[in-house]
Formats: sequence, C-alpha cells, structure tokens
Amino acid sequence: MNTDLSVARIDPPSSWPAIGVRELWEYRELLYFLTWRDIKVRYKQTVLGAAWAVIQPLFMMLVFSLFFGKLAGVPSDGIPYPVFTFCGLLPWQLFAHSLTQASNSLVGSQNLITKVYFPRLVVPISAVLAGVIDFAVSFVLLLGMLFFYRIVPGWQVLALPGLVLLAVLAALAVGLWLSALNVQYRDVRYTINFLVQFWLFVTPVAYPSSIVPEKWRVLYALNPMVGVVDGFRWAMLGKPESPGAPLLTSVIVVFLLLTGGLYYFRRLEQQFADIV
Amino acid sequence: MSNLAIRCEGLSKQYRIGGSTDHYKVLRDVISDAAAAPFRRFKNAARNGNSNGIDNRYIWALEDVSFEIAAGDVVGIIGQNGSGKTTLLKILSRITKPTRGHAEIHGRVGSLLEVGTGFHPELSGRENIFLNGAILGMRKSEIERKFDEIVAFAEVEKFIDTPVKRYSSGMYVRLAFGVASHMETEVLLVDEVLAVGDAQFQKKCFEKMREIRSQGRTILFVSHNMSAVRTICKEALILERGRVVAQGEIDKTVDQYLSSISTSQSLDEAIETNTFSITSVEVTSVSGPVVKTFDPVQVRVRFVPKAEIQDPGLYVSFLTMDSRRLTGLDLKDFVTSAPLPAGEPTELGFTIESLPLMPGTYQVEIHLKDMAKRLIEFVPQTFRFEVAETEVYGGRKLDRWFGSVGLRAQPLQNIVRKDAKS
Repeated sequence: MNTDLSVARIDPPSSWPAIGVRELWEYRELLYFLTWRDIKVRYKQTVLGAAWAVIQPLFMMLVFSLFFGKLAGVPSDGIPYPVFTFCGLLPWQLFAHSLTQASNSLVGSQNLITKVYFPRLVVPISAVLAGVIDFAVSFVLLLGMLFFYRIVPGWQVLALPGLVLLAVLAALAVGLWLSALNVQYRDVRYTINFLVQFWLFVTPVAYPSSIVPEKWRVLYALNPMVGVVDGFRWAMLGKPESPGAPLLTSVIVVFLLLTGGLYYFRRLEQQFADIV
Repeated sequence: MSNLAIRCEGLSKQYRIGGSTDHYKVLRDVISDAAAAPFRRFKNAARNGNSNGIDNRYIWALEDVSFEIAAGDVVGIIGQNGSGKTTLLKILSRITKPTRGHAEIHGRVGSLLEVGTGFHPELSGRENIFLNGAILGMRKSEIERKFDEIVAFAEVEKFIDTPVKRYSSGMYVRLAFGVASHMETEVLLVDEVLAVGDAQFQKKCFEKMREIRSQGRTILFVSHNMSAVRTICKEALILERGRVVAQGEIDKTVDQYLSSISTSQSLDEAIETNTFSITSVEVTSVSGPVVKTFDPVQVRVRFVPKAEIQDPGLYVSFLTMDSRRLTGLDLKDFVTSAPLPAGEPTELGFTIESLPLMPGTYQVEIHLKDMAKRLIEFVPQTFRFEVAETEVYGGRKLDRWFGSVGLRAQPLQNIVRKDAKS
C-alpha cells in the first residue's frame, strides 16, 4: 500500500549539512503565514497601528536635521538635509529592524522549535521579510518629501529593488549568525541593541560618505550598509555620483556573510531543540 | 508481510544534565564551567566511587532503541515518566537529532506533541486554523478543504472571527485538536494530548482517533492512560529507562507493564511540570497506619510552584490499576484558594470522610491548575496506594467479584404479609 511513499531518513547530526533550499521551498506557505502573523500581530492593540512604521524614521529625521544638519552643519552633498538623511534612514531602519527581529526570532519561537519540525531557516527569514512592510509604508513618506522638495529621481531609480534586496540580505546574513548564537548564548540579546547603535555611526546615514578620508574608504566600505545607503541615495537623489565601488564591496561582503551564516545556522540548527 | 512504516535501528539520544540549572548557556557559565569541570569530575568520581571516567553530567534518554512498525498499525508507547517516550517521538518527528543510530519513516509524518502549538492569542480562530495548519505542515489548499470540518469539530462557528484569547479553555483545545487531527499524513505521532480538556472533549478525541485508525494510517500513541491505550491501540511498546523492554499484543503488554511498575509512592526526585515541581503525593488514613475501606483519609499533594499561582486548583482522580476512572475531586467545588507565591512549598489536598474503595490497589492522578491563567497541568505519573485487605462488611473477605466501590449499607429486612393491601 505504501510502496510509492517517500522515505525519510533520520540520522545523527552531520558536520556539513546541506542548506536545504528545496525543503525550504516546500515550506514556502509556512514562511508566508509566519511573516503574515508577524505583521498582523505587531500593531494589534496599538492606537496608532502601522503609523509607528512612519513615526520612528520621521522623528529620527527631525532630530538629525536639527542637530546634525542645522546646529553641527554636517554637509549633505548639496541636497536639502532632511531629504538627504531620510533617504539614508529608510534602508538603515529596514536593515536595523530586520536584523533585530531576526536575531531574537529563534528564541522567541522556542515553543515551536521544541514541538514541531520545519526547516528552522523559516523563522529568521520570515522575521526579516516582515520588516519590508514597514519599509514600504515609510517609503511613501519619502515620495511625499521628494514631491515637496521638487526632486525627480532619474533612471537610477530602477536599481531600487536590487538595493532593497541587498539590505534585506545583509540583515539576514548577520541575523542568521546572531539568531543561532542567541540560542546558545543569551548574551547576544544584550549585544544587539549596542551593535545596532554602533553600526549606525559607521554608516553614512547622518552624514555623506564623502567626508570619510580617502585612505579609509576601503575599510569603511567593508560595512555592507555603506554601499546600500550610498546606493539608495544615488538611486533616489542622484548623489553620490558613483557608488559603484562600495556597492560592489557590499555585494561581496553580504554574499560571504550569508553563505557562512547559512552553514553556521544549519550546523547549529540540529541542536536548537535541545538547547533553546 | 505487510509494508513497513517505521524502522528504528539503535536509536540513542544523549542529553546533558546538571551544571547550570538553566537550559541555555550564558558565556559566563561556559567560562566558569570550564574552570570547575575538572574538580566536578573529581568530586563525582569520589562520591559515586566511579573512577572509570564516565561523565555523570550526561544521561542517555534513549539507548539503543530498535523496532519496526508495520503500516496501518496503531502502537501505544508506554513507560514511566522519564523513560524516553517523548524523546523517541521528538526524534521520529525530526525535532531533535539522535546521538547515534538511525530511523526510517515511510510517508509523510504528522506529529502532535502538544495541542495548539503556535496558536497566537491575538489572532482569530480562522487565522489560527491557517497558521497552525501551516506550522503542522499542511498545505493551504488542504486547510481550506478541511476548514468547515475543523470548525464543526471544534464547535466554534459563532466565534470563528474572535481572537482566541477570548476563547474558553474548552474551545481553545477543541480548535487546536481539530486542526491537528485533520492532518492527512500516513504516519501520525501523538503525545499525551488527551490529558487536557474535559471528559466530553476526551470522548471526542477518542472518536477522532478511532476514525483515523480506520483509515489505515499508522499511529504512535504515547499515553499514561492505560484504558485509552487499550481502546485505541492494537500493539504496545514498553520503554524503561530509554530502552525497549517489550513490544507485542496490546493486552498482554499493558498487563506486563502494570505489574512491573514499582509500588513505592515516595518520590526520590521531584516531578517537574512546566509550572509545578511536585515533591510528594500521599494517601493516608486518619484513623490508623494503613488505609482501610470507609476510613477517613487524607490526600495530600506537596509541590513548589515555579511561578506565582493566582487562583490555584487541584483535581484528584481515583483510578483502578487498569486506569478506569472511578471518581474525582475538584478543589474548586469546595473553596476559593488564596494565591500561592512562587517558590514556596505548598500542600493542597482533601480530607475524605469515608473512602468508598474496596481492598485493592488504586492509582491517584493529579492535575494542578491556575484558573486565572487557564492553566491545567497534568502530572504525568500516577501514584499508587493500597486499601488493605479487611472484612469490609464485618464478615468474610470480599473477592474481586465485588468490584471497586464500597457501599456503606445497612441490611433491610421486613416481613411482607400477603394479605396486607398497600
């Protein structure tokens, strides 16, 4: 009766597990439902609801514009400072939120991990995807600002989806490492906030990357968010004129981090249920 | 020979115990553990006279478990608390990996280790059906097809768009079991899920299990409830300290198991549930050293709550040795209890004026509750006690023919005259 059934083999942990892309694809509906749950639940029982997605970057922009733009006189490549910094804040917030959510995602899903089997990668991936919706909401606000300042993006705007993808992958790459580490060492939880704050300062959000001295640029670009933020400004505002080098570095760094993160995650995944 | 559904060969699972009480590590612990490890090993060796280098911080939850289960068989897995039943199900459902050995499963596997895994309190019943279904591995199309059936099973038609946090605990478990029981997998792994919910719900679950069985699917069923195992399963497998000690025809195997469990009721180690740590369960006579029929007796459950219990509850059931439920007591029906602080040793129980049980061996089953949190925790082990052999009605010793229940009775004797018209 069951000669044509699939046979699943259960073996002890292996030290070089496969990524399991095919299995992940089979569980795409779960990925969809978990992402949908995260979005749906996030703003339940909040008065302002999805407006929170806009309020945070909006206030950051106001504070940055006042203190860095007005008082400190930070240059902004000849673009009105509020648009300049908001354009950096959008991809930054996408990255920072997704990274934080992804890092805490596994520990937050303890009850699932110890009771049901599914590819564990679904958990951090869905956490990252949920961040994209917040991004989309605040992106509408950016469009409003561009209209207000009468800035029309050029053909470069076509690169935008690719840049968003790069920001998401960067968040996932770091998130995979941190979420897996967080299962084993809860210290990670306390490190994330600190890490994100620190990271903000080494990313050209409040200032243009052009103020970084030439000799430090290569080192600076190793931060994959430098390429993403510069690229984002280039796509929307046309400045800086050639983000090619940091962008290429960013793609390479993200690729390396992501590949390593996937393997590290898959390797640790085999003990998640026992140690979470 | 029928087709194989599950084959295990030498499955073993090692867990780390001791060290930090938390399950997860903090870097500081890793460092201090590393520093203390050589000393601890030395200390353990000294204490246990164990110098062969075996590390006592590890235990084998499963050891060399091998068995085969044919497709369409319904097999009960029985064994004491800590015998490895749940570990076995976790390995077979791929939640955790074995340390050694391997297993083979033919067909899709559905596992039900807990009712309502992944339910989100803020989401509506409808949303949770889809979410939970997806978590359990069902396709969206499959859930859509079964949707009405699930809702009907759970009897929540009117509340389907209400957040489940507003559900009664009954509705909640019915909905959760409803989703899980509509999985169409060839192999189904079920842990002690029938322990939750009221009698009517349990009956419903039984019917559903029978239906699943009649579809020719393979079921592995873990339970402490022997009568449930007897009714549902065709075969049973006994686990003892992580090893398979018997596998065979249901009645024979359950009998073997019942006669093997020890009669001691003192607990060497506290029984841990999620919220409670149970240290002792006693049934004692108020009037003498042994419990006799119609004695005034006390049932005392001692435990330490791990979190504050706002509205404590206790349900004590009396069962025969083959787990037929005789009667029960719910503390709620008597008093409203004061909150219990976390970490304080506490005793709850009953004084029973007269114990209506015939001589023999019985089991006590405990549920501890926090009504404020709708929390009901089943203590996954029953406690034996003896009602001493005595002359119950003041005459001869009574045999099993008289059953389990003692009746306080007086003889009634009248001469009925034939000519007296009533």
